[in-house]
Amino acid sequence: MRILFSALTMACLTFGAQAQEKVITIASTTSTQDSGLFNHLLPAFKAKTGIDVKVIAQGTGQALDTARRGDADVVFVHAKSAEEKFLAEGFGVKRFDVMYNDFVLVGAASDPAGIKGSRDIVASLKAVHAKTAPFVSRGDKSGTHVAELALWKEAGLDPAAAKADWYKEIGQGMGAALNTAKAMGAYVLSDRGTWISFKGKDDLIIAVEGDTKLFNQYGVMLVNPAKHPHVKADLGQAFVDYVISAEGQKVIADYKIEGQQLFFPNAGK
Amino acid sequence: MSDLPLTFAKVSYAVGATPILRDVDLVVRAGAPTFIIGPNGSGKSTLLRLAMGLIAPTSGAIDWNGSRDPAPRRRAIVFQHPVLLRRSVAANLIYALDQAGVEKSKQDRRCTQLLDLVGLIDLASRPARRLSGGERQKLAFARALARSPELLILDEPTASLDPSATLALEQLIAKAARDGIKILIASHDLGQVRRLAGEIVFLHRGRVLESAAMKDFFEQPRTAQASAFLRGDLISEE
Amino acid sequence: MMEGSGALDLVLSGDPALYAIVRLSLVVSLSAVALAALIGVPLGGLIALTRFPGRAGVIVLLNAFMGLPPVVVGLAAFLLLSRSGPLGSWGLLFTPTAMVIAQAALITPIIAALTRQSVEDLWSEYRDELNAMGVGPLNRLLTLLYDARIALVTVLLAGFGRAAAEVGAVMIVGGNINGFTRVMTTAIALETSKGDLALAMGLGFILIAIVFAINASAWALRYYAERRIG
Repeated sequence: MRILFSALTMACLTFGAQAQEKVITIASTTSTQDSGLFNHLLPAFKAKTGIDVKVIAQGTGQALDTARRGDADVVFVHAKSAEEKFLAEGFGVKRFDVMYNDFVLVGAASDPAGIKGSRDIVASLKAVHAKTAPFVSRGDKSGTHVAELALWKEAGLDPAAAKADWYKEIGQGMGAALNTAKAMGAYVLSDRGTWISFKGKDDLIIAVEGDTKLFNQYGVMLVNPAKHPHVKADLGQAFVDYVISAEGQKVIADYKIEGQQLFFPNAGK
Repeated sequence: MSDLPLTFAKVSYAVGATPILRDVDLVVRAGAPTFIIGPNGSGKSTLLRLAMGLIAPTSGAIDWNGSRDPAPRRRAIVFQHPVLLRRSVAANLIYALDQAGVEKSKQDRRCTQLLDLVGLIDLASRPARRLSGGERQKLAFARALARSPELLILDEPTASLDPSATLALEQLIAKAARDGIKILIASHDLGQVRRLAGEIVFLHRGRVLESAAMKDFFEQPRTAQASAFLRGDLISEE
Repeated sequence: MMEGSGALDLVLSGDPALYAIVRLSLVVSLSAVALAALIGVPLGGLIALTRFPGRAGVIVLLNAFMGLPPVVVGLAAFLLLSRSGPLGSWGLLFTPTAMVIAQAALITPIIAALTRQSVEDLWSEYRDELNAMGVGPLNRLLTLLYDARIALVTVLLAGFGRAAAEVGAVMIVGGNINGFTRVMTTAIALETSKGDLALAMGLGFILIAIVFAINASAWALRYYAERRIG
């Protein structure tokens, strides 16, 4: 019993100490976290400003909801239409473009839809549909999921509504979707950052890349202190200012895995 | 506050529809030990639990020196299989002393006295639940004495003990009786009854068939059931 | 055994981030056990020793709550602690304190239900002796809790095992923040989602080893205590 109480005391001390420091909470996406960008960007930000950043990595939709509830100071996500809706509702102060990466359509090396090497995502999705090749969807309202749905729409198809049995909505993060696609020999839309840093590729390959429709824009917003007065506006704004500054943009550009640049800064362009 | 005399007035006790005791009238006064005897199932343990106040009669009334409050004052009980607390021998006694309202400052001395009396002084720090059967019974006896009882109830305390442990406990019972503690005891052991008893209450199928001085009971049982019991016969149906 | 060597490498590498995760897991789950014990042990004891209308229903409910889904508990704690929730002003969401609260809510029914069972069993054994000594209600509860102490160690251990192993609640209320609220189970979930199954499995082995070590020492303590106390 005594041990438990001392553990509790220790816990309180630990947590109490954390609360005294300069800390902000950012609601962001699994793609930025899983790709390792934050591990590269946040130490540089801390060195510059002394501010610690706590990142909650969720799908874009969930991250925006977290911010709507007032549980984050800053959102850093990639689904422009959803972000603009968030702004229109008054939850965000102002949205800034930060960077982009692109989506790739990943699939099994056996390539059941015969689309390997294509640069036309819409035609490729039509081929997947025609061959009823298995396809894994995030199904979690994340930025990637929103982008995927937009692409199907452009192809004039709606496999989710049709409840097609080759189309699997898993309701999980990017990594889980890649794991599932690997296990099922399915196609899956992934952001390039997560794809490059994904460790268990095995026989997964990039089937389609390079289409301008696969462009994936990231934006950053301070949560509106008028809606949630406890938002740390000064510290949050410092983060927003940093990632769109020349210095922050360079740090983003410098982030590479296996020699490949993952994110392309485009703030103010 | 005294617990004696203990009076049963037309006491019956039933479990569901099954009667265990029927219309028992009994007065237990200070004096030599009273033995409750009778065949298995005659209701001896139930009578003792009622006398201790652990259960309430289905009908009739029990009072302790005029009070019907069953909370134990100057009485204690030792069961055939006493339950000891999961702590040391001494801690078991200290617990009982504390419950009996003995002042903290006097508890240690009294504990030592009692352990000395029952011959467990060397085992004071031993876990109570690791004691042998005879040692457990001695500790339970010491624990009962910790309440400084006027009335000490014992439910077949030696039934599962070997002869030497039985002898030791009988000596403790005899000493307690000499010291003025009223003993109310159930026993199967007719030799023990002859050695210790003052009075006998003979129970049969839940009724008190005889209540007499020990000598009279053994020499001139008044009922056929008592005679048969003394002969060691199986008692036939009424 | 690629996975096994992964775990070994992790431990041998002495990675401070790993130790921080392990430490936080222990601190959070042990604190949750302490908090849950503070509530659940007296509650279980009280239910064991009192009779009131609807008692049977309370016991059934408590036993059913032993199987509360962590993710539901997490969600309830999330809604309570979110800035938009009733306790939002405390600013606890996405902190280790929130994780302690969620895990404590998860295991309090387990500790209360198992304590009730232990105390009630012991009470049926002790009832006559304690009544014969005139032990009052409060003292009765304290005596039974003390004498059930060895069983209660096992009860607390069951709570700890459940707390340390769950991922649903801490993921939701903790947010799996690197270096702040990341514990072993959420780290395992994260590494799995990143496709680093070897690392995930390695972390899993470490978690199992810790739970095993704690159970083994508690078992040894119990074995020793039972020989001592009987």
